Amino acid sequence: MKRFRGFVIKEFYHIFRDYRTLLILFGMPAVQLMLFGYVLTNEIKDAKIAIYDPSGDVVTRKISDKILSSGYFILERNLNTVAEIDPVFRQGNVKLALIYEPGFAGKLEKTGKARIQIIADASDPNTANMLVNYASGIISNYLVSMNSEKVPLQIVPEVRMMYNGELKGVYMFVPGLMAMLLMLISALMTSLSITREKELGTMELLLVSPMRPSQIIVGKVFPYVFLAFIDACIILVLGNLIFGMPIAGSVFLLLAESFLYICMALSLGILISTVTNSQQVAMMISLVVLMLPTILLSGFIFPVENMPVIMQVLCHAMPPKYYIIIIKSIMLQGNGIAYVWRETLILAGFTAFFLALSIKKFNVRLS
Amino acid sequence: MPGTSVHVQQLTKRFGATTALEDITFDVGKGELFGFIGPDGAGKTTLLRILTTLLLADTGRCTVEGFDVVKDYRRIRSISGYMPGKFSLYQDLTVEENLKFFATIFGTTISENYHLVREIYQQIEPFKNRKAGKLSGGMKQKLALSCAMIHKPDVLFLDEPTTGVDAVSRLEFWEMLQRLKAAGITILVSTPYMDEASQCDRVALMQNGRIMTISTPREVIRNYPLSLLSVKAGDIYQLLGELRKYPGVHSVYAFGQSAHVAFQKTKLDKDTLSGFLKKNNHAVVEIEPIEATIEDCFMELMNTPRE
Repeated sequence: MKRFRGFVIKEFYHIFRDYRTLLILFGMPAVQLMLFGYVLTNEIKDAKIAIYDPSGDVVTRKISDKILSSGYFILERNLNTVAEIDPVFRQGNVKLALIYEPGFAGKLEKTGKARIQIIADASDPNTANMLVNYASGIISNYLVSMNSEKVPLQIVPEVRMMYNGELKGVYMFVPGLMAMLLMLISALMTSLSITREKELGTMELLLVSPMRPSQIIVGKVFPYVFLAFIDACIILVLGNLIFGMPIAGSVFLLLAESFLYICMALSLGILISTVTNSQQVAMMISLVVLMLPTILLSGFIFPVENMPVIMQVLCHAMPPKYYIIIIKSIMLQGNGIAYVWRETLILAGFTAFFLALSIKKFNVRLS
Repeated sequence: MPGTSVHVQQLTKRFGATTALEDITFDVGKGELFGFIGPDGAGKTTLLRILTTLLLADTGRCTVEGFDVVKDYRRIRSISGYMPGKFSLYQDLTVEENLKFFATIFGTTISENYHLVREIYQQIEPFKNRKAGKLSGGMKQKLALSCAMIHKPDVLFLDEPTTGVDAVSRLEFWEMLQRLKAAGITILVSTPYMDEASQCDRVALMQNGRIMTISTPREVIRNYPLSLLSVKAGDIYQLLGELRKYPGVHSVYAFGQSAHVAFQKTKLDKDTLSGFLKKNNHAVVEIEPIEATIEDCFMELMNTPRE
């Protein structure tokens, strides 16, 4: 036990004397959180639009007012001719254009039918899609309110977005960010710290000492369990305080699941360090083999359901996916272990598998 | 001899197509200071790694203090001290932290075994708060030796401890080894410096994975079969070329500013050679008979075809 303590103390010396490690450990979570929170948001706010309204009657003005007062759109300019539409899009500021047909109110009155054309700049398809949805939503709302006293028969869908009423991006990126950062810190840092000992030749000295391989490994990863756990707490607290990310379920369960996930990532890091002797290779493997799939295939950014079958199969082999499912379920829906036991078991299975594999591969000798 | 510390029998190790060690057999007695001498690539490091249980041999048997290097490797790891060829301490830890760490992982403390390392460690103790990476070469070696000694090993394996160290520190280092030897510790040390052979009780001269001879340094020199002349001249390259062509000369090697000419006593003498050189315009010639050095013996052994 004294040996183990001495080993862990040495490991903390390494970490606290290397400012780059510290920067990655504690700077990264904060920076990433701010980036995703403020910069990389895909919520719509103040999108610039242009309006061509040749009829200029009560109804069209009412509709335009509704749209502009929604908070999603602001008026960039009023167009005077149809010919101006194209150049105004080319300038790039305007994301959406509304075109009313001439004599709008009159047609609506007489035939019960009038047309609005919505043109969107689809060079960014996601944004265009969202803008169009918002705009047509506002228009149909207006129509319903206008008709309410006249038409006897109508079906009004009452939509309620459960667990994320305002469709906030933060509810999606905090869990994703936790999965990504914990993976990065745990797997990358441990694989680097173990391969560094190999590169410097100190592993040779550790091996000829009476310490058992398991003691060496546990001693090396123990500080990172601790630090990754602190990081998880930092993200949770920042996410909660700054971005209002709710924690509906048990905090204890959330931390326990995070701990399990950290252990899984650490065992992956150990596994990486057993297959290579160089820090550079370890870093490449960690970044390419772990980070990219964590970001792309875990359902963090792109929904798994929309992927081709073969990619979906691949997604199921991504441990971060299960962690994201678990913590979303705990944080947003307030679920207990009864709802996430399956995913928890899968994570535990991954951990056991990676650990067993790395113990089998760890060499008590040099080659 | 009071008993065998290290026993190696018919050891062979290959790395792919290259043979690192071939048919190595030797014994080292308890308390002996035993040197492996040979150039880079002779197999010294591989041999020491096998003895410290870091590598497995292909064939052959080794024991250290009676423990088998394959079966009882854990026992060997707690009774032996090892100092790798490359400086392998934690550069971001201070001198004292390094020593403390190695004491801890061997389950001991600095104060418990301080008497063992005192003479060595005292020399670097003024710098105990300096990072190990910022030490000079000689001080690094002293620290590494302290770390290898702190758990009071029975056998010490040192892989080229004096490589890359200045002449004064080298001498000091060997003095330390002599003191450790006097304390009863068996020491196996490898070195590419032939002049360090005389510090050892016995040496094994190694070349291309084989041991050419094992003997006391004195015995090695006594067995040198030829006579030697040291020749000094201005242009050493021209001199070497001409000496090699001269009949009766067995071999010629450059040793710094002079050439060592080896010959069989019956075939040549000093005056004939000096006359020949004078005739060939080597005006300033200093020529004198010398005792063979270990290096002369090494060169000769290298050229002797194995039976």
